[in-house]
Amino acid sequence: MQDEANDVLKAFRVGDAAAFETLFRLHQRAVYGWVLRMVRNRAVAEDLTVETFWRIYQGHARFNPERGFEGWARSIATRAALDWMRRQHAETELAVDVAAPGGSDPGVAEEIRRKTAQAFGRLPPKLRVAAVLAVVEEVPHKDVGAALGISVAAVKVRVFRALRLLRRDLEEQGIRP
Amino acid sequence: MMERDDGQMRSLLKQAMPPMADDEPRRDLWPAVRVHMTARQSLPHWFDWVLACSVLGFALAFPAAIPILLYCM
Repeated sequence: MQDEANDVLKAFRVGDAAAFETLFRLHQRAVYGWVLRMVRNRAVAEDLTVETFWRIYQGHARFNPERGFEGWARSIATRAALDWMRRQHAETELAVDVAAPGGSDPGVAEEIRRKTAQAFGRLPPKLRVAAVLAVVEEVPHKDVGAALGISVAAVKVRVFRALRLLRRDLEEQGIRP
Repeated sequence: MMERDDGQMRSLLKQAMPPMADDEPRRDLWPAVRVHMTARQSLPHWFDWVLACSVLGFALAFPAAIPILLYCM
């Protein structure tokens, strides 16, 4: 079984289209889920999953089978999501179209939640991705760092800066978190 | 104080943007990947464009050289 998986990875590395399709089928859901956590919009996540796999296919010669496929795919997906965020207008509100599980705290007014989400959408993409993965999705810092190609300490710095900028933005709107 | 503030911001952020549910694409994305691959692979390489533009520019700058260029082809 393991040999078979290794053979697929090696075949993909030399540009085998069938091996690529096999990897796509195996990892499509994981890549989509990862992208969705960052962009929080199903249609965008689908487009970026396609873009990610296209980049993966283009980069097959750079793939190192010994380092595994999933982490490599995640880092490419993260770059694709960051590129998409950079293309968006700075003032664009984060378009969330997926209902969140569980109820929200009635103690926090809807208006404050909406403004917080809007302010979050105005953060620089690098900070936004680090914060949404580490704080909202509770992805371990190690995994966030691997996806972004930075150290755990750098992830913590980005999260700290994101929260500080978010606080400042909300305070300018008269909201004291 | 700073840590408490940080905790409040984290909590507020999670209230505003709760974690996403584990989800999967609403459609099979493989056909889109295939279309993407075919469409982009059929585009000429950037170097081909540069070469074509250089030859065209050369021909426009030196029309007398066109017969020589045609002979070389």
